[in-house]
Amino acid sequence: MTPTHPPSGMARESASSFRHEVSGSSSTALGSPSTPPADAIVVTVNGQKVVVPRLMPDWTGKLAPTTMLQACAAAKVDVPFYCYHPRLPVAGNCRMCLVEYGTPVLGPDRHAVRGPDGELVINKSPRPAIACATPITSGMAIYTDTPGVKRMREGVLEFLLANHPLDCPICDKAGECRLQEYSVDYGESASRFVETKVHKPKQVDIGPRIVLDDERCILCTRCIRFTRDLVGDDALGIVNRGSYSTLTHYPGRPFDNNYSLNTVDLCPVGALTSKDFRFQMRVWFLKETKGVCTSCGTGCNILIGSRENRVLRYTPRDNGAVNGSWMCDTGRLNYKWIHRPDRIVKLGGSRLPAPAWPAALAAVASALRNAPPSSVAIVASARQTNEELYLLRKLAQRLGAVSDSVPRSGEPDRWLVSADRNPNSAGARLFGLAADPMGSNVPRFAQGIRTGSLKTLLVFGEDVTRCGLGADLLAKLETLIVSDVLPNPTTALAHHLLPGCAAVEKRGSFTNVHGRVQRVFAAIDPPGDARPEWEFLRDLVMALTGHAFPDTIEGLFNQMAGDVPALHGLEWAALGDAGLTVPMQSRTPDNEPR
Amino acid sequence: MIVKRNPLNWAERLYLPAVWNGFKVTLRHFFRRKVTMQYPEERWVVPQAYRGAPYLVRDQNGNTKCVSCQLCEFVCPPKAISITPPGPDGPPADRRNAEKMPLEFKINMLRCIFCGLCEEVCPEEAIFLKRDYALVGTNRQEMVYARDKLLELGGTHQDHILKWERMEREAAAQEP
Ligand code: SF4
Ligand code: SF4
Ligand code: FES
Repeated sequence: MTPTHPPSGMARESASSFRHEVSGSSSTALGSPSTPPADAIVVTVNGQKVVVPRLMPDWTGKLAPTTMLQACAAAKVDVPFYCYHPRLPVAGNCRMCLVEYGTPVLGPDRHAVRGPDGELVINKSPRPAIACATPITSGMAIYTDTPGVKRMREGVLEFLLANHPLDCPICDKAGECRLQEYSVDYGESASRFVETKVHKPKQVDIGPRIVLDDERCILCTRCIRFTRDLVGDDALGIVNRGSYSTLTHYPGRPFDNNYSLNTVDLCPVGALTSKDFRFQMRVWFLKETKGVCTSCGTGCNILIGSRENRVLRYTPRDNGAVNGSWMCDTGRLNYKWIHRPDRIVKLGGSRLPAPAWPAALAAVASALRNAPPSSVAIVASARQTNEELYLLRKLAQRLGAVSDSVPRSGEPDRWLVSADRNPNSAGARLFGLAADPMGSNVPRFAQGIRTGSLKTLLVFGEDVTRCGLGADLLAKLETLIVSDVLPNPTTALAHHLLPGCAAVEKRGSFTNVHGRVQRVFAAIDPPGDARPEWEFLRDLVMALTGHAFPDTIEGLFNQMAGDVPALHGLEWAALGDAGLTVPMQSRTPDNEPR
Repeated sequence: MIVKRNPLNWAERLYLPAVWNGFKVTLRHFFRRKVTMQYPEERWVVPQAYRGAPYLVRDQNGNTKCVSCQLCEFVCPPKAISITPPGPDGPPADRRNAEKMPLEFKINMLRCIFCGLCEEVCPEEAIFLKRDYALVGTNRQEMVYARDKLLELGGTHQDHILKWERMEREAAAQEP
């Protein structure tokens, strides 16, 4: 498998709603139609003049002649499409985007003829054209609302539905299916097809994560193009002909690359569905919360689908600057631990004074207050948010503590997955919590405990017994304060155990390997006693330093941005859905520009 | 608005004609056919189209018709219905090609307003408002009817279409 690079630096940013995928893709305001810039073209869409650039980025981000579909999007006119996708090569096979058009009549002098009203005289083409693949020419007129276009759309939908099984009640795509949507918007209400439908394979197991239903497939080839042209794993194809055309995987080879689940989102119908999400929940019940994947340093933007306090799926959220429209399967499926039954949901530790937060925090604060300087060390996690790391930094400064975090790395691929498997190593470095190189202070902590100079250890979200601070060493400590989500040997030894939250249970921001600061929002409530770490860290820092800190994440972020030079000029609200990039001081192999 | 009251005349102030008129009504009903039923010994048989408690039905082959599409759960105005879908590892559905069946299906009869929207929205004709109107229980939990109870109370629905069986036949006929 040879993954190709994602189309980076694309000018288009797709909205989360697919219908508007193309609408954000162009800039309309290029000056008034009477004076088009030299590299712009004036076309009319349904009689309305729009100025569009002559060239616009194609799926690779390279400039290519602007298509009718892009011009329609610039005119804010909806054109339905199935096989087109702004981040895939154009195939032009579904014919859903057919429109009528005309070109200016040329006089004998090869100049466009103008009518008495000064407008161009248009010669309407007798044939329609597919908007997704037809470049515009100067003065072209595009019609999307004529009776002819309406009949063509009805015709295309009638063909698509002729052999469609109409098993929406058992189809996981129902509710976000483009065939359903366009049938309502552009189709006819009744079928004229009385013959027997062609039956094809159903519930086909084409890979470890995907189920294929061939009867539902509309043969748009989006999945084929994605895995062949973007992933570089030419695993899917269509066999047979006519109404017997069947999508299938290469015989004897499962469709199992690490990006295969993206085809589930891409498939406009329910032909490709996720085994993991299969029959879990109807999509219209899902609450979608904007988040960031925390399985590696890339920080792919995601939508967290949850219902009744349960996370049910992650889907990629469009961000041209980070992950395009995609994410890897590993990250997508890495959410089950959030609901593990053995999660730490109660305040604990051998020195818990009372099972309530105020008492627990007061005990921690007094333990830290009495600790002599330089007898305290902090192991922060590079899986924590910027805000939490900022507060930990404040704590470290107040206590005169040394700190470090734990590196986590794996095999990178050549597309989205980065070698750094921590979502916020950049943050840990930015706030000065991580040593250089990350993790190099931990042996010094071990030495300190052994010699008795290190008496108090704070551990956030890491199992330090796995990186050189064994149980025998931890037992020597006077105070061990641990905050974590899942139980491990370190939490078992804690004197003070503070239950923390998964990233989907709190708000905050992460900094990815390229220095992009991105926000996450809480999709579900934390269970039991668990509290977002930034909340109790804030209380703790306030109790120890006497300084006031904002009690909202917005306020905290804005204060942090004013305080930390690298983040100067950032504001919570200005981060928006796509995040903003801050300059990174040190270059690691991961954040080299590609 | 001010309503003007006319003073009562002499006969009206006597009240006896009014009392007599009242007696006339009572007397007329006394000799009519009786309509009062001795509930609960006697029960009213409601018309066929009555909207009583919603129950799940099986088809004539004994298959659960519901496919757990959750449309009724979505449409239910008081949110009386709550369905647990089978998930990827759920037990196989009664009809193999219908692929799924609810793992659990609960209707809170205390919440149900008997509007009939679930019956209306069901694409599988799997839920019907039956003619039960007297639902009793000794506690709230008892009034939440679970899947098996709903199926038992719903009984059999004569399905003239049997679309899943037909699709299975059609597909089998096309096997090469
Ligand atoms: S499976 Fe889906 S994405 Fe692939 S060709 Fe069929 S309809 Fe298109
Ligand atoms: S609408 Fe019908 S098929 Fe769907 S869940 Fe309700 S009862 Fe079952
Ligand atoms: S979108 Fe243009 S042909 Fe499919």
